[in-house]
Amino acid sequence: MSDSMLSSKNTKLEDRRDFLKAGALIAGVTLGPGVLFYGVAHSRAPEEGASSKQRWGMLIDTTKCGDGCHDCVTACNTENGLSGKTGPQDSQWIRKVEIKDLRTGYVQSLPMMCQHCENPPCVDVCPTGASMKRADGIVLVDRHVCIGCRYCMMACPYKARSFVHEPLHDQNPEVPRGKGCVESCTFCVQRVDRGEKPACVEACDTKGHKAMIFGDLKDPESEVNKALKSASSIEVRADLALNTGVRYQGI
Amino acid sequence: MARVVNLPGLGKWFRLAACLGAMAFLAIPSMQAVAGVDLPKLEHGKGDKCVDDEDYIRRHHPDLLKHHRDETMRKGIRTTKYSLKKCVECHAGSKTGSVASSRQDFCVACHSYAGVKLDCWDCHATKPGKPPVKQAVQPAQPVVSPLMPSNGGSQ
Repeated sequence: MSDSMLSSKNTKLEDRRDFLKAGALIAGVTLGPGVLFYGVAHSRAPEEGASSKQRWGMLIDTTKCGDGCHDCVTACNTENGLSGKTGPQDSQWIRKVEIKDLRTGYVQSLPMMCQHCENPPCVDVCPTGASMKRADGIVLVDRHVCIGCRYCMMACPYKARSFVHEPLHDQNPEVPRGKGCVESCTFCVQRVDRGEKPACVEACDTKGHKAMIFGDLKDPESEVNKALKSASSIEVRADLALNTGVRYQGI
Repeated sequence: MARVVNLPGLGKWFRLAACLGAMAFLAIPSMQAVAGVDLPKLEHGKGDKCVDDEDYIRRHHPDLLKHHRDETMRKGIRTTKYSLKKCVECHAGSKTGSVASSRQDFCVACHSYAGVKLDCWDCHATKPGKPPVKQAVQPAQPVVSPLMPSNGGSQ
């Protein structure tokens, strides 16, 4: 009686073991292509859309950023059709900022733009839902819905957003812009969706500074993730707990 | 006049004739007006045919474009079938190179006939391809930012 029970238990155990083995094998087989697919997900199909499996982000090394170099700003203006003027009513999606340690006199130069927060205050305050965060973490303004109230401009701690005051002409077909709407850095979403880098990052690389690294923060193999792992970096205004997509190194 | 109307027989026929005359008189200018508004003559776009049946597109293009704009803007879906940019690429006029620069251009021709105001072109480019690069103004010297007081933390 007890023998038969034991044997039946053993067979059950063996069955379970086989089942687990088979399961692991199946999991391995199915996971293989899945992992591969994840690896090449950077240039996705047009019908696929943005996915929360990715989060686009940037690491800016201020020690490499050239003093007096404005190539990132110029590239942004060209790509997005901005005038390049810096008056109070002109759009600036990225600006070079100098910070000075008042005790030591040490001056640093860095680019500042929309930080693509995980918890964006601009999205919180928007009364129409125009200010939005895409699944892949890019914070955008839907101009079809924007009423130009500019609450988001007041809410942004980084002064990243601009309001278009005058009618515009000859826009870039990929970057529609118009009077009466708020706008800001889009991480060059039209380029990112094609699998390219934002214009500012490309310009910085071309110049040879390589101060900006762009990539997927959720991909452990991405260049930006490896760089973030290997050195200390900070969020600007980390006290606000916004979990910015743009991080700085060397400040 | 009252005497004529009061005459039996003659008055009836006179009134009928007067009515017909008046109707004809009123109809002439209105017929001229109808004849004066021609249906918009649209330039044939590039390629053989539109992305869908033309009657369907004519009736539903506002909904298709609106649906597609939300898909692209909010979800990042960048299919080209109902993309406004692709419409512009095919339908830009041969004279102006635009879909909305003159009364003969594709979008404006129909919309002015239908009396429907368009505001797509306040933001969207009416011409395909990138515009010539404007001479960018050299950015001003950066200012010392009040964003990040790098004075060792003490203000």
